[in-house]
Amino acid sequence: MMTAPELTEPKKPMNRRTVGNAEKWGWIFQRASGVILIVLIFTHLFINLMTGDGVNQIDFAFVAGKWAAPLWKWWDFTMLVLAMVHGTNGMRMIVNDYARRPFVRQTLQWALNISMVVIIVLGTLVIFTFDPCPTGTDTELLNVELCRELGRL
Amino acid sequence: MSPAPTLYRGREGMWMWLVHRTTGVAIFFFLLIHVLDTSLVRVSPEAYNEVIGAYKTPIYGLIEAGLVAAIVLHAFNGLRIIAVDRWTWALRHQRMLVWVVWGIFVVMMAAFLPRHLGHVFGGA
Repeated sequence: MMTAPELTEPKKPMNRRTVGNAEKWGWIFQRASGVILIVLIFTHLFINLMTGDGVNQIDFAFVAGKWAAPLWKWWDFTMLVLAMVHGTNGMRMIVNDYARRPFVRQTLQWALNISMVVIIVLGTLVIFTFDPCPTGTDTELLNVELCRELGRL
Repeated sequence: MSPAPTLYRGREGMWMWLVHRTTGVAIFFFLLIHVLDTSLVRVSPEAYNEVIGAYKTPIYGLIEAGLVAAIVLHAFNGLRIIAVDRWTWALRHQRMLVWVVWGIFVVMMAAFLPRHLGHVFGGA
């Protein structure tokens, strides 16, 4: 006859050590990523909004010119990942502070985690599959110098 | 009678805590939108230029100024939080450091706003 396994510790609490460590690493990550993001984002804002024609210079050709250099691809990728995880972690703390009912809290946490993954995957694909010279595009919209250099024009 | 004084309640630190939260939430939602609009470079140059063109209008120009303001406040108050957690000196002077954050904010916005608003309202 089969017997049910004996429950030795039916009221064993969840592993406090693991929970404590998760919060600790979230705390450390928030600070480390914050400092790195200051460098990444302030440079991003300075180049895009302060140099040249500022916001007026931003168009497809401008993005093509920047992403022609691997440095800016990796710069934007790092910024994307760190900012999304930092932002999601911050939103998680706010949700934990205000959403008292477990169902509401868990639903919001899931929504946050899903949007984080979707945005990171989408942004990463866009950065690394970017085509600076799509065929059939009006030449005026392209970075002509770059596309000539690439032999695409 | 006012309640017993605490480290934060009702003073500079509490308001800065509120500023940190609200700017953080605002930046988070902008980030979601910003990745989506940038993703249009993968759709077509026409689609990207049309949507990014909206950022160059006066209304969005002002929203951008607000976004930069939010980022500057969040960034330097973040450094203040790290300092207060890390050094006893900063903990003792956390209230004064709030005013240092506002001082840096004023200086950085004074450097940014004339140039940015010139781009937005001054045409070329």
